[in-house]
Amino acid sequence: METTGNYGGQEILGAARVEGPIVVVEGMRGVGYDEVVEIIDARGRARRGRVLEVGEEAAVVEVFAGTTGLSIDDTHVRFQGHPMQIPVSPEMLGRTFDGLGIPIDGGPMPLAERWADVNGQPINPTARIYPRDIIQTGISALDGMNALVMGQKLPIFSGSGLPHNQLAAQIVRQASIPSTGKEQQQFAVVFAAMGIKHDVADFFRESFAGSGALLHVTMFLNLADDPPIERLITPRAALTLAEYLAFEKNLHVLVVLTDMTNYCEALRQISNIRGEVPSRKGYPGYLYSDLASIYERTGRIKGSAGSITQLPILTMPNDDITHPVPDLTGYITEGQTVLSRELFQQDVYPPIAVLPSLSRLMKDGIGEGRTRADHAHLSAQLYAAYAHVQDVRSLASVIGEEELTPVDQDYLKFGRAFEQSFIGQGLSENRSIEDTLNLGWRMLALLPREELTRVTEAEIDRYYRESAV
Amino acid sequence: MSTQIAEVVWVNGPVIRARGSQHVGMLEVVEVGDEHLIAEVIGLERDTLTIQVYEETSGLRPGAPVFSTGYPLSVELGPGLLQSIFDGIQRPLPVLELRSGAYIGRGIKTTPLYRKQEWDFTPRAQVGDHVQGGTLLGTVPETALIEHRVMAPPDMDGILTWIAPEGKYTIVDPIARLQTQHGEQDIAMLRRWPVRRPRPYQRRLPPTEMLVTGQRALDTFFPMVKGGTAAIPGGFGAGKTITQHQVAKWSDADVVIYVGCGERGNEMTEVLQEFPELTDPRSGRSLMERTILIANTSNMPVAAREASIYTGVTLAEYYRDMGYHVAIMADSTSRWAEALREISGRLEEMPAEEGYPAYLAARLAEFYERAGRMVTLSGATGSVSIIGAVSPPGGDFSEPVTQHTKRFIRCFWALDKSLASARHFPAINWLDSYSEYVDEVVDWWKARGYADWHSLRTQAMDILQRESRLQQIVKLVGPDALPDDQRLILETARLLREGILQQSALDSVDASATIEKQIRMLRAILHFHDRAARIIAKGCPIILIHSLPVVNTLVRMKTSIANENASEIDAVITGLDAQMDQLEREYA
Repeated sequence: METTGNYGGQEILGAARVEGPIVVVEGMRGVGYDEVVEIIDARGRARRGRVLEVGEEAAVVEVFAGTTGLSIDDTHVRFQGHPMQIPVSPEMLGRTFDGLGIPIDGGPMPLAERWADVNGQPINPTARIYPRDIIQTGISALDGMNALVMGQKLPIFSGSGLPHNQLAAQIVRQASIPSTGKEQQQFAVVFAAMGIKHDVADFFRESFAGSGALLHVTMFLNLADDPPIERLITPRAALTLAEYLAFEKNLHVLVVLTDMTNYCEALRQISNIRGEVPSRKGYPGYLYSDLASIYERTGRIKGSAGSITQLPILTMPNDDITHPVPDLTGYITEGQTVLSRELFQQDVYPPIAVLPSLSRLMKDGIGEGRTRADHAHLSAQLYAAYAHVQDVRSLASVIGEEELTPVDQDYLKFGRAFEQSFIGQGLSENRSIEDTLNLGWRMLALLPREELTRVTEAEIDRYYRESAV
Repeated sequence: MSTQIAEVVWVNGPVIRARGSQHVGMLEVVEVGDEHLIAEVIGLERDTLTIQVYEETSGLRPGAPVFSTGYPLSVELGPGLLQSIFDGIQRPLPVLELRSGAYIGRGIKTTPLYRKQEWDFTPRAQVGDHVQGGTLLGTVPETALIEHRVMAPPDMDGILTWIAPEGKYTIVDPIARLQTQHGEQDIAMLRRWPVRRPRPYQRRLPPTEMLVTGQRALDTFFPMVKGGTAAIPGGFGAGKTITQHQVAKWSDADVVIYVGCGERGNEMTEVLQEFPELTDPRSGRSLMERTILIANTSNMPVAAREASIYTGVTLAEYYRDMGYHVAIMADSTSRWAEALREISGRLEEMPAEEGYPAYLAARLAEFYERAGRMVTLSGATGSVSIIGAVSPPGGDFSEPVTQHTKRFIRCFWALDKSLASARHFPAINWLDSYSEYVDEVVDWWKARGYADWHSLRTQAMDILQRESRLQQIVKLVGPDALPDDQRLILETARLLREGILQQSALDSVDASATIEKQIRMLRAILHFHDRAARIIAKGCPIILIHSLPVVNTLVRMKTSIANENASEIDAVITGLDAQMDQLEREYA
């Protein structure tokens, strides 16, 4: 049939309409939805775009680098005949690319083993392996209370000014897999920056270089002054490489995506210009599906020894966890690590607010034969006790600490110690899981034995007195 | 093969327009492009068809062909459904994996049910019988748990002229022949049914039988019935999915259909790996033998998400028609509503609240009304219970999906973020939740020898409500300022919360509680309250009661006493009485 041929290379002179990052092109034929487009302005400079909507007469094209300088008459639009692709090959480790996958480190374009569609395809749930192997991060608030599992997507919900970058860098530096018995399992790192500042990108680069990991790191950088629409491709390009490295080259890949809030804003911008019906706060109704198409590209699959673990970072506007971006993210990801401004102000690092934090996959990754048999109960007990500390504190703020019952005063002591010594630790302090658990029991030793209802009597007998101070 | 009926003229994500034939029916399934992507006609205007595509449309061009199939979006019904995992339009995921590997490819055509498997068919009707829709023709042991009842299709009427003798047949082999008005007709085990059309039944019955879930916060406090409707709303991390999983695992439904609608891939994998290893407490067989999974994960095409709910409920009705009690879990209906919103937005329809289409409420009502306890066409009694998770943005229950859902369900299990943060699971808020079935199941409890259930529940709810009022005061002045009888309310409420309402899904003893254990635990704690109240009236300070060893026993009996030893709770009560007696003597 005539309509089924490949129309790649079709070129149209002139645009019908230019508005914001959008160009409407007429007179083309057989252009595909989601196809890549090259737009050449009057001076012969090329930029890239993507078909958002296509009809018989017109195609709506989003231009990644923006439409500045494009004119109606002198613009050449070249349709490529295929969706957005990037080259993938093992030699991309150690390299730096822009948000669309073009090298910006001065090196040549990598020799592609093949070209891969950046949109990826959904993983069949029957082909997945349920992730159960803990990654030891050396951070007690994570390993003890909200453990990260290999193949999990666990975002960091942060606010402006909070040390989320330090935390992410520390996780990347210290990540090891205790179940393999190896002291330091080498992870490949794929780092995708969306609209972050140059300093932040430099911070990560130096942090990776300092740990000697730079050769295992690929960076995709779309910085704050780069075209915002490019950000829509950046995480997809990064995950396309991650999927290749994990599932075809059997590597364990850590993917750091920062900052997802900037990504969502770019999406809102496009949606807005297209006049789509907005849902909450002007974000498009498909924000959930769109974020899912990024976050779900995580996990382990049968027939491959590799894994993809995602650490997306997002800053909550105004520290509001109910904002659409953290909210929809929380519905897709397998938990969240929430940073607390209050702890940060008390100089606790990492300022992880353990109560709203959660790791959904932790339950199957811990316990006898994986970490330690008491891990689940201990963590539940620490949770319950720390939750009670919040009640006691608000009571103390009304009636004064002296008026509290002796038990509640113990809780206050526990709360302080828990924040300072258990949550708090050094920027390069790397605690083993065993240390973290023993530390947890030392915290519980500050409470009377009868208060410990989440741990079993046997566990109390074994650990409680041993660690009592 | 199918014939071409139209050409694509416009593509916008999952929604496309095509021009061509005017002989295509509304909601007919069509295939789009050379890859034959599965799609459904959702709008007709002169020669232009509006079509939603159930697969990724990347690369689809104007000019691409559209083919007709001639039938509406339907599911295949027959033996082999149980233990399967399908996508939203009933394609078996293991077959997709065989065809396209770990990633789901496009345009894969496959039949939902395996044609070549042979089933042991036993005839149950005789030549000469008058056969109508629902008449039992034969049975097939589909799994060790479920006998598949092969019935005449709903629109059939005739005289049975031949029935297959006992033996092995595939689902496409004829197993019966009818003489009808339109001549002789062969019937096979395989059927099709359009998903958007509820299957017929004789009449509805009032739902009076409990759906026992083994979860104390549900059964004892907010009971659900067979044929009822329930919603579980909660922000992320509040435990919707774990609660759904718990009900899927431990409820006394005969068949469980779990629809993962727009949720996480790893969660479906978890169910797939966990369920075959879990055993049904009643039969000792694998739980998977009574389960059907439907998975449209959040990154699968959005139009198929919209369909997955209907696919699930149609399969549920099919097993209901055999006389089974079916429970369907939809996790999450909010994602389904968002799929409606997305499609509606791309159709440029006028939005109502928060961008949702104006027909959101009508669609929700249609879905939940497919639940019910019915007399089926065959005269048996079966039921479909629907339990829908709702994911309100920001955990705010005033949003449209939660609000509309509340109008059509009768059991509301509100999950609470602050309980979840304190790791109180299931995080069901006992003050916000309700069940309209409480009065209707009183007789059910009575018939099982628990005539006191209703009054125990009322007492416990009263204590919990008084506690919540007292907590307001405690926040201002501290618990010490309260008189001892009020502090006893706090103490008993704590026992109710920690001893009964909290239930660990991960503890092998605690994961599920029989109603016998539930009621005995409740009796023990309320008995504690009565005894303590009397002693306090005599001047005994609460602190002495708080330090009785039995208090710890009451908190721990959920994990220390197994279901089959529930009568050991009598010994706890005896011990309680002994300790109380001693205190009472001191303050006599």
